[in-house]
Amino acid sequence: MGLKTLLTTHIASPDSHTLNHYRSVGGYESQKKALTEMTAEQIVNDVKNSGLRGRGGAGFPTGNKWGFIPKTDKPKYLICNGDEGEPGTFKDRLLIEKFPHMLIEGMVIAAKAIDSHQGYIYIRGEFHKGIRIVEEAVEEAYKAGLLGKNILGLGYDFDLAVYSGAGAYICGEESALINSLEGRRGHPRLKPPFPAVSGLYACPTVVNNVETFCNVPHIIRITGDEYKKIGTEKSPGTRLFAVSGHVKKPGIYEVEMGTPMKELVYDICGGIKNDKTLKAVIPGGSSSPILNAEEVMTATMDYESIASLKSMLGSGAVIVLSEEADLVETTYRLAEFYSHESCGQCTPCREGTHWVKDLLHKIKIGEGTEKDVELIFSLSRNMEGGTTICPLADACVMAVRPTMTKFKGEFSARLKKEVSISH
Amino acid sequence: MAYQFSQDSEKRFQRLIPQFPSKRSLILPCLFLLQADKGFVDKEGMQYIADRIGDPISLAHVHGVATFYTMYNKKPVGKFHIQICGNISCYLSGSDSITEHVCSKLGIEAGETTKDKKFTVDEVQCLGACGFGPVAQINDKYYENLTPEKIEAIISELEKQV
Repeated sequence: MGLKTLLTTHIASPDSHTLNHYRSVGGYESQKKALTEMTAEQIVNDVKNSGLRGRGGAGFPTGNKWGFIPKTDKPKYLICNGDEGEPGTFKDRLLIEKFPHMLIEGMVIAAKAIDSHQGYIYIRGEFHKGIRIVEEAVEEAYKAGLLGKNILGLGYDFDLAVYSGAGAYICGEESALINSLEGRRGHPRLKPPFPAVSGLYACPTVVNNVETFCNVPHIIRITGDEYKKIGTEKSPGTRLFAVSGHVKKPGIYEVEMGTPMKELVYDICGGIKNDKTLKAVIPGGSSSPILNAEEVMTATMDYESIASLKSMLGSGAVIVLSEEADLVETTYRLAEFYSHESCGQCTPCREGTHWVKDLLHKIKIGEGTEKDVELIFSLSRNMEGGTTICPLADACVMAVRPTMTKFKGEFSARLKKEVSISH
Repeated sequence: MAYQFSQDSEKRFQRLIPQFPSKRSLILPCLFLLQADKGFVDKEGMQYIADRIGDPISLAHVHGVATFYTMYNKKPVGKFHIQICGNISCYLSGSDSITEHVCSKLGIEAGETTKDKKFTVDEVQCLGACGFGPVAQINDKYYENLTPEKIEAIISELEKQV
């Protein structure tokens, strides 16, 4: 366990984003293998065998997702979700800027697996540099015959285009992303039908995260069975963890799944900033329930361990909070984020996120009361568990309620007339 | 003369057309072209987009899309648009002091533009660079690991470019 590179082996090379470099280290060999030696079914089975789970947040088995695509004459679309926007998450930007050809190769292999001939890479609009790098890589791949008509002269066609998001966190939700790609507001869609049956332009569609696609060439290269030996039994592979907050060395670290969280925070990231005491860790992006210091010491970085602590590995974004962190302030900022990003379709989310944010603001400035705390908990119950089309309202609840429960004292101390407030 | 795409935007528009089976998908990219031409999206430009795409797309639909997304400026912004992230990781790294410093240096509040139209300052949600906070985006470029001194030097440099 610990640091292990699979995707980021050549991170130190300044030209890792170029076709020349990527090919010089064996890039596009897996694409060739998939297009010449493997059937679509074999590719799907290899990815199923690998146990690869989606690296975007939900952790759904990738091979199974591909297997849901029906065999029809309709066009099938493949979309890369590069709309990275969850607070704390910044890993996909690195892959986009440093390894665009790994992403393209993964997408071509996935395309063959689901019989798709058109793909889109949807990247958050703020990533101007990343968008430019991926566009250049796509152009390079076209010129080298690795994309387009009759790839490598093998009779397979796949076109790929880059699409820029325009600043809406909700477009990271796959059906909202599809609406955005169709030139609409990024409103999530009711499911079913799921995108695998009716997605982009009402056709079967697979949406996968950047990191998920980047794993695919490696699975094909070493085989699913070998890939499964990395990490833990139920969480195979490596994972890019984006560590931010109160650590000495924040950054992106590729580690084997199952690495102790303690090792990630203290050994790999150098420990707590200013040698303070650890207070808590948000383990998988802002919507994953917070872990207290005691839980951090027992957690390992895999789906099961974090789930056993009633949280989520999510997007792999680890936000570390030392004793210096003001959890009332951080919780307010997260609620502000979710209220800002609610698309407005569903009342529990549109009204609930704003209401929770306003109540937390009251508490933050020392004007809150016990009734406000009770109201937040009551509102939370009406915002979760399927009362909305997508899980944004649930995400807001998960960012707020566990913190208010586990660190109750910090919130109580801020209630009206109990302490003097410096803000 | 009524608005039409600049020569560069027209070229980009023509390159975009074959990438999508539905012309409706061109709306978001077209709004970026309009913004590149004018600095912001206005009614005249949105009507032009609706007309160019046709098929049948109304001004109301284009307007509805434009107002949903935060990256389209609905009013003119300064030559340099300074967007400072205020969310959790940047906050933990001291983003408040960056916002305060920038606002005090430029003599405006977040959300405002300087009278000479050189700078607009906005506090924004996560910019996706959380390990390198505090982060600001100025036009197309990210500035990371900011300190009050660093942002002061950046603004002084930008002032020279105006």
